[in-house]
Amino acid sequence: MHLDRLRPALLPVVAVVVAMVIGALVVLAAGASPVAAATAIWVAAFSGTGAIAATLEKATPLVFAGLAVIVGVRAGLFNIGAQGQLLLGAITAAYAGYRLAGLPRAVHLPLCLAVGIVCGALPALLAGVLRATRGVHEVIVTIMLNTILVNLTDWLAGGPWMEQGQPVSRTPAIVGSARMDRVAGVPVGFLLAVAMAFGVWFVLDRTTFGFRLATVGANRNAAHYAGISVAGATVAAMTLSGALAGLGGAVESLGVVGRFEPGFNAGLGFDGITIALLARVSPRAVIPAAVLIGALRASSTQLQARARLAPEIVDVVLALALLLVAAPIILRWLLRLRPGSSPTEVHLTRGWGS
Amino acid sequence: MSESRPGEAGAVPQARGVLLEVRGLTKRFGSVVANEDVSLQLRRGEVLALLGENGAGKTTLVKMLFGLHRPDGGEIRLAGEAVRLRSPRDAIARGIGMVHQHFQLVPVMTVAENVVLGAEPTRRRFVDRRRAAAEVRELSERFGLAVDPDAVVEDLPIGAQQRVEIIKALYRGAEILILDEPSAVLTPEETDELLGVVAELAARGVGIVLITHKLREVMEAADRVVVLRDGRVVGEVAPADTDEAGLAALMVGRSVVLRIDKQPASPGEPVLGIQGLEVDDDRGRRAVTGLDLEVRAGEIVGVAGVQGNGQRELAEAICGMRPRIGGCVLLQDRDITGLGARAIHDLGVAHIPEDRDKHGLVGSYSVADDLVLNRFDEPGFARWGRRDRAAVQRWAEQLIAEFDVRTPDVHAPADSLSGGNKQKLIVARELSRASVLVVAAQPTRGVDVGSIEFIHRQLVAARDRGAAVLVISAELEELLAVSDRIAVMRDGRIAATFAGASATPEAIGLVMGGATGH
Repeated sequence: MHLDRLRPALLPVVAVVVAMVIGALVVLAAGASPVAAATAIWVAAFSGTGAIAATLEKATPLVFAGLAVIVGVRAGLFNIGAQGQLLLGAITAAYAGYRLAGLPRAVHLPLCLAVGIVCGALPALLAGVLRATRGVHEVIVTIMLNTILVNLTDWLAGGPWMEQGQPVSRTPAIVGSARMDRVAGVPVGFLLAVAMAFGVWFVLDRTTFGFRLATVGANRNAAHYAGISVAGATVAAMTLSGALAGLGGAVESLGVVGRFEPGFNAGLGFDGITIALLARVSPRAVIPAAVLIGALRASSTQLQARARLAPEIVDVVLALALLLVAAPIILRWLLRLRPGSSPTEVHLTRGWGS
Repeated sequence: MSESRPGEAGAVPQARGVLLEVRGLTKRFGSVVANEDVSLQLRRGEVLALLGENGAGKTTLVKMLFGLHRPDGGEIRLAGEAVRLRSPRDAIARGIGMVHQHFQLVPVMTVAENVVLGAEPTRRRFVDRRRAAAEVRELSERFGLAVDPDAVVEDLPIGAQQRVEIIKALYRGAEILILDEPSAVLTPEETDELLGVVAELAARGVGIVLITHKLREVMEAADRVVVLRDGRVVGEVAPADTDEAGLAALMVGRSVVLRIDKQPASPGEPVLGIQGLEVDDDRGRRAVTGLDLEVRAGEIVGVAGVQGNGQRELAEAICGMRPRIGGCVLLQDRDITGLGARAIHDLGVAHIPEDRDKHGLVGSYSVADDLVLNRFDEPGFARWGRRDRAAVQRWAEQLIAEFDVRTPDVHAPADSLSGGNKQKLIVARELSRASVLVVAAQPTRGVDVGSIEFIHRQLVAARDRGAAVLVISAELEELLAVSDRIAVMRDGRIAATFAGASATPEAIGLVMGGATGH
């Protein structure tokens, strides 16, 4: 019984290991040394407190982005706009971070986080309302909003909110009262992310609110029958999703970059989709998934320097891991799982009798 | 595959040879024995009915015959030769065709395209659509399966889609046709048509395995009946040698009361009052047109009618799932016309929805969660917005015992239950609560005889506790069995009302038929 419950949880772990093995073969084929590559990743990501802190910093916005995607998926919505929402949260939090100088820390930092949350939630709210009232598909709306928000934040950082007297487009640095530091070598933002992962898990898996979202996500007709507001759950899930993405952006600005600078946050929202899938839409599993991806991302310069590998190898490994998680049948075939647990058997025992 | 052309389906009736023989077939799922030592024979041109309750092992058996399950013991012999069927492809290649309960059709493709899919006739490496259509037309004419090869499948009624599935099997050269509860999705009219088709196919030499739990169909269509119970063959009879009560007793293992005995109704105050109700269907057409109806406390009112005369919309409008365009609905003199599903539920209205998989439950949820689907946030099951999962589990365990829902445990996903047990789950949820009004739409659709009796008793029990009960059903038998009054619905309103005692199928049928009388 316990083993049966464990097996689905093991799948992503095995997938990552298999992906790394295949990745090693790719490295070999590219004429580099897999051992050197592995060493580079290890040194860059985990050797010493500084490296670990850097890894956790990389992982922090990824946790939020992953949670944002999960909240949507639970309600049957695909928030592909986490990227745009994260950017808007990042730049507005940074703006509040340098503009509202002079406030006491106890007010300033929470205020900046709140600004990021609200500004991340707004575009998602728009997508949710359009979906709930007009039936416009959230994927289309959020993709378009991504483009708008990427360009809007670029323009703000290179125009009205640009740091004076600098050649690069970026906002001024956040003042000390809004900065998130490290506690005992662990970034405060990461602690917040971990707390949020448990919070989202509790809300989704243990509360009536989470049950409403999940029912709408699993069978909206049955939700309608049970008197659950499908429109309400759609708007709520999108808004919450956007708020998490916005918070992720704010934490990135306040805790890692120290300002908003376009390019620093590129792809975080999309990594959120990867993480959500790797975590099999389970909020708590987002933490290890994000740390894994954070570690790989943190090691890209070392990979280039030590193993003379293009950093894209990281994406190859991630894509392989994702493929294996998304298509577990490949993994089962690769591993030749014992007959008792063959995929057909697992599947068909659900339908015996008539 | 490509060389197997239509019509090798033994178009000429040959000697009544044995097409299929099963010897000592056994199948286990973990500790559950789904089939044990099952043996049977199917001859050419014969209709063999496989009868059994939900969960008796009928579907497991035919899944083995179609290569979807591998037997743990015993053997399958085709035309005297022992075979191992590893996949449906194996089974099809050996002349076995199967029509599943849930059709395997591509909705946006035409009938002809669906039929030839995977075995397309080609001309210069392209699909020869004209030849496909011609072949499908030829097949449909030869076997009396009326269907237009050029029609798009999603536009066809369910009965016609089923005929497409049958043609698909015949096109692949099926000599043995397995029909898995074919009538579960059909209206009574469509069922009659289907039984005609089955007889025609048998006359052309096809051997047919008909899975069903509807006794009437067995009596009408089958040459022989094999009865399964708890995975074992418990009897083999010819319909001529028995009657419906005999079959039911064999199936359930005890004698079944097809007509439940109940005390005469003692109707009290009016509970549900409907005046001039107007409701639209999904396409925005008026489906309920100025309907008046009253149901009193302590009585069961049955609503009969040819399907599509507004019954579904009526039930959904009463329960708040569908906007009411005009008129009013009163519940104990309170106007509930504008209320939503949850508010009406909270006023004490239980609703067994017509489509259990679409509306009645969430398939991926556990049995426990589905048992509180519309009351998950009530005080006993949640506090301060936090769900009390232990309380839900205790409640669920009590209900599955009380309502005999057969499931390994309350954590099993609802989708793993058989159709009848899903229905019992919904009945348990809806009737386990004190209600003033029970709206039951097709409460026993696709449910076996034993469970039908159980559900009927529950409805009568709800009545005897003082609830007003409205039963909407396509089965006249069912309405006659449980109703104290029967209202016949036609063109969106009540065309006539009969007292239960005076109602006869003929009289009701006449009123029902008035709607379609052409």
